[in-house]
Amino acid sequence: MNDFVEFFSFVDANIRYVTLGSVLLAASSAVVGCFTLLRKRALVGDAVAHSVLPGVCLAFILSGTKNPLILLVGAFVTGWLSLVSIDYITARSRIKEDTAIGLVLSVFFGIGILLLTSIQHSGDAAQSGLDKFLFGKAASLVGEDLIVFSAVAIVLLITTILFYKELKLLCFDEVYAKSIGFPVRSLELLLTTLTVFAVVVGIQAVGVVLMAAMLITPAAAARFWTERLGVMLVLAALIGAFSGIAGAFVSYTAPAMPTGPWIVLIVSMIAIISFALAPKRGWVARLLRQRKNKTQILEENLLKLLYQLGEAHEDYFSNRNLESILERRNFPKRQALAGLAKLKRQGYIQRHPDGWSLTIEGEARGKRVVRLHRLWELYLTQYLQLASDHVHEDAETIEHIITPELEKRLMEELNYPALDPHQTRIP
Amino acid sequence: MNAFWIILTGSLVATCCSLLGCYLILRRMAMVGDAISHAVLPGIVIAFLFTGSRDSLPMIIGAGLLGVITTFLIEFFHRYARVQADASIGITFTWLFAIGIILISVFAGQVDLDQDCVLYGEIAYVPLDLWITDNNLSYGPRTIWTLGFVTLLIIAVIVLGYKELFLTAFDPAYAAAIGISTSVWYYLLMTAVSLTTVASFESVGAILVVAFLVGPPATAYLLTDNFKKMLVLSVLIGIVTSIVGYYLAFWLDGSIAGAMATITGLAFLLAFLFSPTHGQFFKRRKVIPA
Repeated sequence: MNDFVEFFSFVDANIRYVTLGSVLLAASSAVVGCFTLLRKRALVGDAVAHSVLPGVCLAFILSGTKNPLILLVGAFVTGWLSLVSIDYITARSRIKEDTAIGLVLSVFFGIGILLLTSIQHSGDAAQSGLDKFLFGKAASLVGEDLIVFSAVAIVLLITTILFYKELKLLCFDEVYAKSIGFPVRSLELLLTTLTVFAVVVGIQAVGVVLMAAMLITPAAAARFWTERLGVMLVLAALIGAFSGIAGAFVSYTAPAMPTGPWIVLIVSMIAIISFALAPKRGWVARLLRQRKNKTQILEENLLKLLYQLGEAHEDYFSNRNLESILERRNFPKRQALAGLAKLKRQGYIQRHPDGWSLTIEGEARGKRVVRLHRLWELYLTQYLQLASDHVHEDAETIEHIITPELEKRLMEELNYPALDPHQTRIP
Repeated sequence: MNAFWIILTGSLVATCCSLLGCYLILRRMAMVGDAISHAVLPGIVIAFLFTGSRDSLPMIIGAGLLGVITTFLIEFFHRYARVQADASIGITFTWLFAIGIILISVFAGQVDLDQDCVLYGEIAYVPLDLWITDNNLSYGPRTIWTLGFVTLLIIAVIVLGYKELFLTAFDPAYAAAIGISTSVWYYLLMTAVSLTTVASFESVGAILVVAFLVGPPATAYLLTDNFKKMLVLSVLIGIVTSIVGYYLAFWLDGSIAGAMATITGLAFLLAFLFSPTHGQFFKRRKVIPA
C-alpha cells in the first residue's frame, strides 16, 4: 500500500518520467493500431516490429553511436522496407499475405540477430544496450531517449487527429474514398508511415516480440465496447495508457520484473474480459441473447399449440393434458414441462389437476402467433409464387420475429385476408 | 565434427519445419505457425519447473499441450467471441509469450533459461550437451536424438496420413463428405507444429522455426505446382540453407540461427526473381492480373 501511495503521488521525478513515457508510447501505438486493425492488417505490425532490428544494427554499424535519432532513422528505413516487401510479394506472386508476413518477419529478424550478435562478438564497447530493442526498457527510459520518443509519440497523436476523417474513410470505404477523389495512395502511405513510427516508438516499451500486442490488443478490446471510431480511438488509447501505468507500477514495486511483458499481460487481460463481458458484442451477452430467443420461441410454440388445439375443439379455454400437446407436436418432454411452468408463472396459462388451459392473455398471444404464421404463408404464396406446401417451414421461423408494424403492413398488403393458403381461417 | 553436428541439427529442424510448413502456407495459416512457436514458451517454463531438468519428454508434453491450447484459443476468440482472425492470432501469442517471460523472471533462480535464448537459441552449444550412458559410451549430442525422433514421427504422420492431410488442406468439404474428420487432422497438424517448435527451440529458438516453417515451403511453392514435389523440394532447400547458413555465421562471427534465417530469405528472393514458372524475371512480359 505504501508503494502504491508513493508511486501515485509522483513525487519522485524518475517515476514521473517513466510513467509519462509508458503512457505516451502505449497510447500512441494503440491509436495507430485501431486503423491497422480495422484494415484487417493487424499482423503487419508484428512484421514491422521484427524488421526494425536490422535497421537499428545497421545504423549503429554505420554511425558507431547509439544516438536515438540515428537509430530511429535506421529502424524506420528497414521497418518501412519490410512493409513494402510484403505488399510487393503479395501483389507480384502467388504467395499469400500471411506467408509473406511470416517470411519477411523471420528473415528480417534473422538478419537483425545475425548483425546484432556479430556486433556483440566484435568486442566494441559502445554496443552494450543495443539488445534493449529486443525486450524493451520502459522502466529505464530517461533523458534524451525519453524526450525523442515522447516527441514522436505526440507527433503521431496529432497527425492522427489532423487526418482523422481521411483515415476513417480509408478504413471503411476505400472505393468511395477513391471515387470522390481522395488521394488513396498517399493516405495509405501516411498510414504505413504512422504504423512504422508507432512500432519504432512502442518497441522502446515492450520490445520486438510483444510489440504486436501494443498495436492489436487495445484496439481489439476497444472495438468490443463501441461502434464509433472516435470512441474506439479514445478507448484504445486509455486502455493502452492504463496498462502502461500499471506496467510501470509493477516494475517499480518489483524491480526484477520485466515491464514490457507486464504491460502486455495487463492489456491482454483487459481484452479478454472485454471479449467475454462487453455489452452487445461480448460472448456472454450473445449467449444470453441466444438463450432468450430460444425460450421465447419455445413459449410461443406452446401457446400456438394450445390455441390450435382450441381451434380443433372449438373451445379455447378448457383443459389440455400433456399427451394431447405432445401428440400434436413433438417437443422434448422436459423442455415442454419447463416451458409450461414458465408460461404459468407469467399468467398465460392455468394449471389444472389433469392439464393446462389458456388464460385470456394466453389465448390472445397464441392467436397472434397463429395469425402471423398464416399471414406469412399467404404472403409467400401470393408474392413469391411458392407452392402452398413449401411455405410452412419459413413461416415457423418468421412468426417469432415479425413486429406489430410489419404485421400491420402485411395485413394491408394482403388486403385483410380471411383464409390462408391451406384454406384455414386466419384469426 | 562440431560443424557436422550443428549442420545436422539445422537440417533436422529444417526437415520437420519445411514439411509442416507446406501444409501451413497452403492452408493460409503461416501466422498460426508463428504464433505457436512463440506461445509454447510458458509450457516449456512450467515443464521445466515441475521436472527441474532439461529432460526432453516432460518438456515436449508440456509445450505440446500449450501448442494445442494456443490453436484452441485462437479458434475460440475468433469463432465464439467474434474477434477478427488476424487480431485473435496476435493477441493470443503475445499474451502467452508475455506470461512465459514473466514466469522466467519470477523463477529466475530455478529456471536455467533466458530471454534471448528463447528467441534465437544457441545452436553452437549443441555438440557440448552429449548423451553419455553409464558405461561411458557417447551417443552424440542429446538434441540430435530428440530432433531425430520428432523428424521420424512427422515423416511417419505425413506418409501414413498423406491422403487425409492433403484432402483436409485442399478440399475440406470433400474430405468431410467422405468421412475424414477435418478437426482431428487440423489439431494433429498443430500438435506436430508445436512438437517441432519445442524440440528445436532449445537449439535454434523461435525465430528460426518460423523462418523454416515459412521460407523453404514458400520458395518451393514458386518452383513447382505438384504438392509431392513441393514437399521434397522444400526439405532440400531447407537442408542446403542450413549448410550455407552455418558458413555465413562462421564468416561473420554471428548467430547461426540468424544466419540460417537470412539464407532462407535469400533462397526465397532467388526463386522469386528467377523461378522458371513464377519468377519475376521470366513473367515480366506476361500480363499480370490485377
